[in-house]
Amino acid sequence: MSTLEPVPSSERVPTMQRILDNTFLLLFLGVTIPTVLYILWGVMELVSIPLAK
Amino acid sequence: MAVFPPKERIWWNEPIERVELIWIGVAFLWGLFMFGFMITWHFIGQQNLNKEAYRIAPSVYETKVEEFAKKYQVREEQGVPVVKPPAGADVYILGRLWQWWPVLELEKGTSYRIHLSTIDWMHGFSLQPVNINISAYPGYEHVFTLTPTESGEFGIVCNEFCGIGHHTMTGKIYVKDQKQAEVNQRLVAER
Amino acid sequence: MTAETVIGAVGKQAEFRTCQYTGLKVDVAAQTLIKANAVAAVVFLLIGGLLGLSVALTRWPAVHLLPAEWFYLALTGHGANVLLFWIIFFEIAVLYFASAVLLNCRIAAPKFAWLGFILMIVGALLTNYAVLQGDSSVMFTSYPPMQAAPNFYLGLILFAVGALIGCVIFFATLVIAKEERTYEGSVPLVTFGAITAAIIAVFTIASGAVILIPTWLWSLGLISNIDPLMYKLVWWAMGHSTQQINVSAHVSIWYLTAALLLGAKPLSEKVSRTAFFMYILFLQLASAHHLLAEPGLDSSWKIVNTSYMMYLAVLGSMVHGLTVPGAIEAAQRKNGYTKGVFEWLRKAPWGNPAFSGMFLSLVMFGFIGGISGVVLGTEQLNVLMHNTLYVPGHFHGTVVTGTTLAFMGGTYLVLPLIFQREIIWPKLAKLQPYLFGIGAAGISLFMMGAGTLGVPRRHWDITFSDAPIAFAHSAGAFLMMGLNGISAILAALGGAIYVIVVVGTVLFGKKIVGGHKLTFPLHSGGGAAVSHYGSEGAVKLPGTIILITIFFVSFVLYYFINWKYLSELWLFH
Repeated sequence: MSTLEPVPSSERVPTMQRILDNTFLLLFLGVTIPTVLYILWGVMELVSIPLAK
Repeated sequence: MAVFPPKERIWWNEPIERVELIWIGVAFLWGLFMFGFMITWHFIGQQNLNKEAYRIAPSVYETKVEEFAKKYQVREEQGVPVVKPPAGADVYILGRLWQWWPVLELEKGTSYRIHLSTIDWMHGFSLQPVNINISAYPGYEHVFTLTPTESGEFGIVCNEFCGIGHHTMTGKIYVKDQKQAEVNQRLVAER
Repeated sequence: MTAETVIGAVGKQAEFRTCQYTGLKVDVAAQTLIKANAVAAVVFLLIGGLLGLSVALTRWPAVHLLPAEWFYLALTGHGANVLLFWIIFFEIAVLYFASAVLLNCRIAAPKFAWLGFILMIVGALLTNYAVLQGDSSVMFTSYPPMQAAPNFYLGLILFAVGALIGCVIFFATLVIAKEERTYEGSVPLVTFGAITAAIIAVFTIASGAVILIPTWLWSLGLISNIDPLMYKLVWWAMGHSTQQINVSAHVSIWYLTAALLLGAKPLSEKVSRTAFFMYILFLQLASAHHLLAEPGLDSSWKIVNTSYMMYLAVLGSMVHGLTVPGAIEAAQRKNGYTKGVFEWLRKAPWGNPAFSGMFLSLVMFGFIGGISGVVLGTEQLNVLMHNTLYVPGHFHGTVVTGTTLAFMGGTYLVLPLIFQREIIWPKLAKLQPYLFGIGAAGISLFMMGAGTLGVPRRHWDITFSDAPIAFAHSAGAFLMMGLNGISAILAALGGAIYVIVVVGTVLFGKKIVGGHKLTFPLHSGGGAAVSHYGSEGAVKLPGTIILITIFFVSFVLYYFINWKYLSELWLFH
């Protein structure tokens, strides 16, 4: 799905449309963003909780 | 059915309807406002939960709470010590199967450093009927400053499922209004 | 990338039939898989629904049906069966439909898809077995250090693996459709919505694996300790995201139903797809809604995540909230209902349960589930309702009045089009979405009301009769719980009718043959509208503008009312 079909008309498919047509790019973004922002950042917050005095 | 070639291969360049455009603008700005308001409340609001927390062995925390209770105990209620810490003191609350321990007596308008943790399961600290709800974990000591703004008798219930006795898990906080009490005393004395 | 590299060698030629109502080419293997998943979904809805009714009747203080032990068992089973099993089985059916059927394509590796289905069934049964044994009443969330029987976790893991296989089949089918050029250009919008759901599903299942596999090993004694806070963080990456799969799936069903019944096309492909794109990027961050009253997490983390990155995913939902009724209004005006502001809505097919289910879902998801979700997910406001009954109140607004109602509506399309059976007892079917919708809305609103009054969630006895230190909730809270019980009975009645109509139709419904006129007819242009893309273009939508204005004003008012409540609380920082 990452390869682009030749467009019948001479018009070039706009970049945003190509991104939205690219399922596996979307899959990559949809998994990476929450993994970084929610899970990794959150885990870093939790592991940096100090020991009680 | 034959697969019709789409009429317009390129849909990204189509103009957006005015009503859609306006709604997107309104919704976006509203989102931005709500986002900003959470940040703003940290500066203008009086109700922001502190993130301050420490890792602590549950048994160590239990000892801390027991020492605290012993030090400031004023009486006993149903076998549970009623503890009256001085203004600004560190106050320890312990959640366990199935009670919030000890009972506290606080002063209206006075700030306390509340320590909150549990020694077995997770519990949910739920102050009623005020409706302040904070999760409590074994192994983590959560510290925040709390200032009661009304006097009376308040219940603490547990709102995280903690086993078969979950519904019997309660606690209590008395809030006394010292100034009001003094005024009343003077009125009685004058009479 | 070729289809071969994804799914291995192509098997024998697939068998197709052509649908007489939509003109779509239907792969028979895909059709059978859709049937199997839909039937499994309904079975688990029945189990979960009955458990849910028993929970609501226990919470009704005057009835107080179950003893404590059974109540917590039923509540655990209710969550697993409806929140996971019913919904994910149905979603797998939606994925197969949106890929194979809408793209006129054969389904990838049907045998592998059956393996996924069997894993899901075995997993769901295993978890139910563990729950019924009584030593796994740990609630759906299974927070450690409380521990369930190993089979409880193992069942969920097997179920998740099966669901992941379903997602892989979906993506592979998309690849085949592209390779074999069964469509040209972009996929239809409904398929794009299904892609959104599948992407979120992949993240969901991966997070579930990361946390449930160690927890399972812990329950077997192979790992000594699971950190409860860490568990909660990662668990909700799965727990909340499953609900985001639902949102994407039911929004797709809204578009699907509007297209099939009214010939509606999206107002603008660009806008609707970008709204789904916002879901893909940010919707899953809302997992943080469950960690706003927790120690140790910085406010910057809380704010970025709980706001779905500056509410961009909420923007997505608000856009669908305009474009779905907008597309309906535009289509209805084209169908000739042009009088006044609301003729298009008045003359909509309210007697068709597919439409009424869909439209009630749209309205109630927005007003009940959506608004309360944003309020509950506001960093500071959360403390007012964290872990109170407001939380189940909110998510019954999203998952029951939103997702379940949309899926029920969708079922009335699946029965004639996929099962090819005429719906039996159409009069009962007509009534069903209203009965269930009103009941579910009541459940949702009254639980929110009780939560606002401080009633805790997952709680057997709000009279605290056995507590050594007495506490009493206000009379209002008891009233709310009673009304909640009555609403649950209504919803259960609606749910029972749904199950009866579906089972009856599947078993005894008249077989649909060529030239049959449907009891609940489709729009003549429905098939084309749903399987192609293209924007509706310039139209006037006065009715929709009024509807979204009412929505926006309610949203803003309710938001600020809660800030006022918050400002009156004791001070803490």
